[in-house]
Amino acid sequence: MITEELSHKIREKTGVNVRECYQCGKCTAGCPVAEWMDLRPSVVMHLLQSGNAEEEEQILRSKTIWLCLTCETCYSRCPMEIDIPKVMDYLRVRSLTEGKVNRESRRIVAFHKAFLNTIKRNGRLHEMGLIIDYKMRSWNLFQDITIAPEMFAKGKLHILPEQIKGKKQYARLFKKQVKNT
Amino acid sequence: MKIGFYPGCSLTGSSREYNESLLSISKVAGIELCEVHDWNCCGATAAHNLNKELSISLPARNLALAENDGIEELVVPCAACYNRLVMTQHELNENKDMKKRISEKLQLPLEKGLRILNVLQFLEKYFVPQLDQLVKKSLGFDVACYYGCLLVRPQKVLHAERFEDPMTMDVIMQKIGATPVDWSFKTECCGAGFSVSKTEVVGELSGKIVRDAVNRGAKALVVACPMCHSNLDMRRSAIDSFLKKKVDIPVIYITQAIALAMGLTPRQAGIQRHFVPVNLPVNS
Repeated sequence: MITEELSHKIREKTGVNVRECYQCGKCTAGCPVAEWMDLRPSVVMHLLQSGNAEEEEQILRSKTIWLCLTCETCYSRCPMEIDIPKVMDYLRVRSLTEGKVNRESRRIVAFHKAFLNTIKRNGRLHEMGLIIDYKMRSWNLFQDITIAPEMFAKGKLHILPEQIKGKKQYARLFKKQVKNT
Repeated sequence: MKIGFYPGCSLTGSSREYNESLLSISKVAGIELCEVHDWNCCGATAAHNLNKELSISLPARNLALAENDGIEELVVPCAACYNRLVMTQHELNENKDMKKRISEKLQLPLEKGLRILNVLQFLEKYFVPQLDQLVKKSLGFDVACYYGCLLVRPQKVLHAERFEDPMTMDVIMQKIGATPVDWSFKTECCGAGFSVSKTEVVGELSGKIVRDAVNRGAKALVVACPMCHSNLDMRRSAIDSFLKKKVDIPVIYITQAIALAMGLTPRQAGIQRHFVPVNLPVNS
């Protein structure tokens, strides 16, 4: 597949025209996490315009799409008003559904999955449940072992989750939406 | 005066003091906040990053419930929830098919365009006009007002004024006696949802914010977002290790600053819940 099609697909799915990018680099200059990225935002834009199937694969398997914090700085400064965060949303969902999540980014995805799993169950966030779920997924067992007791002492952690009442209606929102959580 | 209130999950847990201070000052000002009945999590970054439909349908349930409660104006103090709710309202207006589908799943109408206020808009509208009567004390110190990302961006949807150099918080802080410093990190990202999964990134991004605030002479950082607060306050050890020194500047919510200026006790403002101790001069 040539990326000509990919840029069209992005436009069709998100309404964003990546072909308008003229590589000024302002997105990369203002991106708070650019230094940790394997592909800088402006490089992603360039690859989306001119790349081939191999480059599409490179983007879907990149750290970049998971490092994007959706701070929206790039979008607010882009002279062509290209909604780069919206493109990142599209790329993340594809990377996840096609099983192409970057190996080093799996902890980030594990955290998001643990979060969704917690709110799916209770309707509201239960921080303690989230942390336990995340630790099980990421095998990051000893992280933050000192911060939790202090949070608890300051009244910032619930032992038991808060539950919403309209569970039946709420559950319909999750139907056929999240797999592997 | 009755206004709808969506607290969001953080305000019931890790940022309880934001909730406590907001409710304390509203009570004194005679503003009744009506919590949205049976509200759910907005989905936060997780839903937004993993599933487009959920990132809209979870906030949409809250909008529908608020509408069902007869709420016309909704205050959303958490900047992250505020952002998700406003973005959802925007998406639903742009995409009528999605609106219909979600409304059917919820079996609730999503018809009325409810006005969503972030905490700064709420304070400006309901507190600033009566601030002279409410304020009993003066905060005699320099502050760095930190807005973060979610109150100002994306500019095209939120229509925040001066999105690179917002001033609403600075103006309020000035009115209650504090001196806002001129600084460069007002709208830089704190590292947001990476608090747990990429703590070192938070240490660096939040570290740069804290460092600039200290270098400009601020004695406190003032925030309006639970995520920013927890990164700047609870992640201080990651910040200190990035800066290679211990920094003790406290981080307070704008509602706590107002509570102190209104003469409420530090406990009513929830000051004791912070990781970085708060000892700020308040003049009578």
